Amino acid sequence: MALAVALAVLLVCVLAGLMTGAAGIPAKGVVLELADLLPFVSVDSGLSPVEQGLLYQLRMPRVVLAAIVGGLLALAGAGYQGVFRNPLADPYLLGAAAGAGFTATLVIVLVQADGLVPLAAFAGAVGGVMLAYGLGNTAGRGGGTATLVLAGVAVASFLSALQAFVQQIRVEQLQRIYAWILGGIGGDWSQVWLIAPYALVSIGVMLAHGRLLDVLSVGDDEATSLGVSAARVRLVILCAASLATASAVAVSGLIGFVGIVVPHIARRLAGGSYRVVLPLSLIGGAAFLVLADMVARTVLAPAELPIGVVTAFIGAPFFVGVLRATRAVEP
Amino acid sequence: MSAAGTTVEVRDLCVALDRRPVLAGVGLSASGGEWLAVVGPNGAGKSTLLRAMMGLLESEGEVLVGGVPARTLKPRRRARLMAYAPQTPLMPASLTVFEYTLLGRTPYISHLGRESRHDREVTGAVLERLDLAELAGRTLGRLSGGERQRVVLARALVQQAPVLLLDEPTTALDLGHQQQVLELVDRLRLADGLTVVTTIHDLGLAGQYADSMLLIADGRTVASGPVREVLTEPLLARHFGARVRVTEDPTGRPLVNLIRPTPPV
Ligand SMILES: Nc1ncnc2c1ncn2[C@@H]1O[C@H](COP(=O)(O)OP(=O)(O)OP(=O)(O)O)[C@@H](O)[C@H]1O
Ligand SMILES: [Mg+2]
Repeated sequence: MALAVALAVLLVCVLAGLMTGAAGIPAKGVVLELADLLPFVSVDSGLSPVEQGLLYQLRMPRVVLAAIVGGLLALAGAGYQGVFRNPLADPYLLGAAAGAGFTATLVIVLVQADGLVPLAAFAGAVGGVMLAYGLGNTAGRGGGTATLVLAGVAVASFLSALQAFVQQIRVEQLQRIYAWILGGIGGDWSQVWLIAPYALVSIGVMLAHGRLLDVLSVGDDEATSLGVSAARVRLVILCAASLATASAVAVSGLIGFVGIVVPHIARRLAGGSYRVVLPLSLIGGAAFLVLADMVARTVLAPAELPIGVVTAFIGAPFFVGVLRATRAVEP
Repeated sequence: MSAAGTTVEVRDLCVALDRRPVLAGVGLSASGGEWLAVVGPNGAGKSTLLRAMMGLLESEGEVLVGGVPARTLKPRRRARLMAYAPQTPLMPASLTVFEYTLLGRTPYISHLGRESRHDREVTGAVLERLDLAELAGRTLGRLSGGERQRVVLARALVQQAPVLLLDEPTTALDLGHQQQVLELVDRLRLADGLTVVTTIHDLGLAGQYADSMLLIADGRTVASGPVREVLTEPLLARHFGARVRVTEDPTGRPLVNLIRPTPPV
């Protein structure tokens, strides 16, 4: 039920995202063009070839990428929250952001090849998490989650310091570095194909583990007494969620807020079972970021706002609204 | 229920926490249909004993379930033989009672699979039996302490294991619900031949329901055997530092009464 509503919302957001933009493409044309894509449907949209090119090569990949990134971040956030049993955990908790920030800055400053930034960011995000996980497990015997979070904090501040250092070497690149850090959906099909395999794997793994995350939520001892290895579930989810985060970071920089807020809203609206929270976060995150990106590229058109600014700007009031509305319902 | 009449046996169990010995050479045995109460003062090691039996702690010594060493059992297999309800369970506030209880079916569900209709039916029946059916859709965050405790028990019962390890199952319950829960466990073990091991602070209740008793203090067995031999005035005075009078009720079960050192004027 909640999922159906969420899907409808996503559909509306995607349509809106495809219809709005700097160049005015007739809305009716967009709808007909999309209808034409459906199997067994053939209609003439009346769009000119230029408009078609605009739609397929610029708007569509951008909307698709925003949906994937938003979905991945929200899903990863929900996964991290399950693993750490903490609703405030976010996908960047274990050094993914700092790692990506460091390697992306390194590439921007030293190599100056924009094409390499996504790969570098991906590697940095994965590396940051692995460093934190390795440290957390060797430092604290037993590898409790608290030690892991602290290791994440240590790794993140260390890598941020490195990033700041590298960035100071070439102050003239500061604007590009910040543009990357504040996030933005670039949007061509190559980026979509770049992250699609990782996105599919991490989404598949996470959605399959919904019930086991519920088991994990009642405690390690009880999970064990139910025949489930808490450590193994935790590791699998951490890997999948970190892969999702790294993919998102690679093509969009650092977009805050989505990973915490969307799962939280999902929980508020549909209860605490991860079997619902995970898919709902995926869909909700996708819708949210498509919307945010639409705002980012239209409000100051032709200039663009960094999308991280937009997510916070529309996300925060929306979040407060949801908190108030749902509290009013509870006795 | 499956494999009724399963015996649990613990031999020479030793557990160290933070390099400090917490259990030293504790042993016990309970056969199918038997109720064993583990008693002892705070910090004696009762919860540690149950956790070690469940394989949640590193331990030396042996735990045998139906004659098979527990550590050789696969986790899921062990979970079908032994169910455990901890003293302080973690209860996610936004799960519903039904969702939470259903998690007890985990040992019967394949790793990434989902519950069958049978699993849901078992869950529904247990909730019914524990007087929790009306609460099935309520979230755990909105239950009273006693309701939560019954829900935890429900989760353990849904596991349909022949051996039930319950850590303080009645502490938060009012008189009526204490009786209700213990009566239910009593009926289950008599009807289905469950082996029940509970830690319990209320010696009066323990005396009424348990067949045998294990008294531990400072991680060591100080007495074990039939309830009447363990619930004695000298033993309770020595290990609990409590002045009690133990009498017998008409059925021959011990009644434990606290006595004020200075009688009220
Ligand atoms: N994780 C731990 N690390 C170190 N010592 C521990 C740990 N957990 C418990 N202990 C100690 O082990 C001893 C036994 O604890 P346990 O919880 O088994 O007592 P208990 O008999 O269940 O007490 P209670 O009646 O209060 O529930 C206590 O002295 C306690 O302080
Ligand atoms: Mg205890």
